[in-house]
Amino acid sequence: MGLYVLRRLVLAVPTLLGVTVVVFALIRVIPGDPARLVLGLQASEAEVQRLRSELGLDRPLPAQYARFVARLIRGDLGRSIATGEPVAREIASRFGPTVQLAVASTVLATLAGISVGVLSATRVYSWVDYVAMGVALFGVSLPVFWLGLMLILLFAVQLRWLPAGGYGTLAHLVLPTVTLAAFSVAIVARMTRSSMLEVLHQDYVRTAWAKGLTARAVVLRHALRNALIPVITVIGLQFGALLGGAILTETVFAWPGMGRLLVGAIVARDYPVVQGVVLVFAGLFTLVNLAVDLLYAYVDPRIHYG
Amino acid sequence: MVGLVVLGALLAAAVAAPVLFPEDPTEPRFERVLRPPSSEHPLGTDNLGRDLLARVVYGGRVSLLIGVLAVTLSLATGVPVGLLSGYYGGTFDLVVQRLVDLLLAFPGFLLALTLVAVLGVGVTNVVVAVGLAAAPGYVRLVRAVVLSARTQTYVEAARGLGASDLRILWRHVLPNCVAPVVVQSTLQLGTAILTAAGLGFLGLGVKPPTPEWGTMLGEGQTYLFSSWYMATFPGLAIFLTVLAFNLVGDGLRDALDPRMQRFATEEVQP
Repeated sequence: MGLYVLRRLVLAVPTLLGVTVVVFALIRVIPGDPARLVLGLQASEAEVQRLRSELGLDRPLPAQYARFVARLIRGDLGRSIATGEPVAREIASRFGPTVQLAVASTVLATLAGISVGVLSATRVYSWVDYVAMGVALFGVSLPVFWLGLMLILLFAVQLRWLPAGGYGTLAHLVLPTVTLAAFSVAIVARMTRSSMLEVLHQDYVRTAWAKGLTARAVVLRHALRNALIPVITVIGLQFGALLGGAILTETVFAWPGMGRLLVGAIVARDYPVVQGVVLVFAGLFTLVNLAVDLLYAYVDPRIHYG
Repeated sequence: MVGLVVLGALLAAAVAAPVLFPEDPTEPRFERVLRPPSSEHPLGTDNLGRDLLARVVYGGRVSLLIGVLAVTLSLATGVPVGLLSGYYGGTFDLVVQRLVDLLLAFPGFLLALTLVAVLGVGVTNVVVAVGLAAAPGYVRLVRAVVLSARTQTYVEAARGLGASDLRILWRHVLPNCVAPVVVQSTLQLGTAILTAAGLGFLGLGVKPPTPEWGTMLGEGQTYLFSSWYMATFPGLAIFLTVLAFNLVGDGLRDALDPRMQRFATEEVQP
């Protein structure tokens, strides 16, 4: 187990390095001269040249990449073209709100999704099952940004129960979390249902029934624990969808996270910020996937890794 | 079935748009801005006085077209690469799979968004971004099918009879991929439309005044508090379209995947 953890950790390093190559390459493909972009059209050619060498843009690409990674390791992501602030500092101030939103949504998706899935699977082809799976189908089809706007119309404009946007109190967290989690709740519910159905037909579940155990014990202790293994993978993958959805959700609710920072930076063509945020998002996703793999090995006693 | 009916209706409306609404859906009409739904304008008018029903219907042309083109691009890149990667294996497979791993390290929407940031906005770039972002998924799917088909007796038999690699791939391996790829593509059409609409909503998709559902929703957000109908109806159109594709996709999967039918006959104890 210890060796397995170590091997997975080591294997994550090339992936993370690869991510930096992809992001570095993408940003370098953009037409136009970043130095010219910083200084504006009025600047003289000499000034632009000076900044180019200052930024290292006059060096060959491999050298630029080496410098990029060397700085990255020290936590230096360059400076924002728009504000002149270090990108790392801008991201740091936006990191908390995004993680808060993503974690709240993951928790909601896990609890609600598994509950609905178990409910559906234990009452398969009943009206409860049909309603739950119908709602789940709606959930995977809803555009997250539209759901957000409709929730604002209902709960903020009509009922005036919750704020339409902003950040700070628990009340501000409710609508963005529900909006962002909707898709994942539906996915987790569907996965839990099909995984439970699979498990409920196994011999050991039949044995548990035959022993005269209560429905509660059979479903929760014998079936659910085994059914959860594929569900955990799905939840991990959903975290990526959540990060993508967070970009949209943050825009709808004026949530001060990395998603809004990214969108603003793309509009303003502030490439150091775009590069930094994309790196942090991809890095976060890679680490979560790694954590899920490790959890998987821990939860599933059948898996033994050398 | 319901999904097919909805899709048929959407497609018919998109095709017949110029007949149904001869008026130009991009032309401002300032004498009737932000009218709520009425018998004259069933979905109301937008901030430039354009009929929202006409724009939603015309928007369907743009959104459906983007979805179809993006999925076509994913297919055209992902399927051949997956076929070759699975069939030949070796170094090529290794390189391709590491590359796919890398691209899958980015959440799908983030990858599309980053590609648009690099390529710039506009219909073509949205298609390229959404299509390429989904291609790694197809490589994975097709490769997995090929890996299991490659060792089948009929492939060995074909090889024994002296069939060329190309012929084996085309006649014996590719047909195995059709069912999963069709299911995946139907579901992917919905996802592609959602992703493109998300980009449009952020102002990074199709440029106004072209009616596209996501872009319209983004415009509607500004007027959310005064004119609810501007954001509501384009979003409803996206929702119904994606729902229809998901219904058809799920239906196809149940029909094509024999594993799913097991549960239809057995009863589970309470």
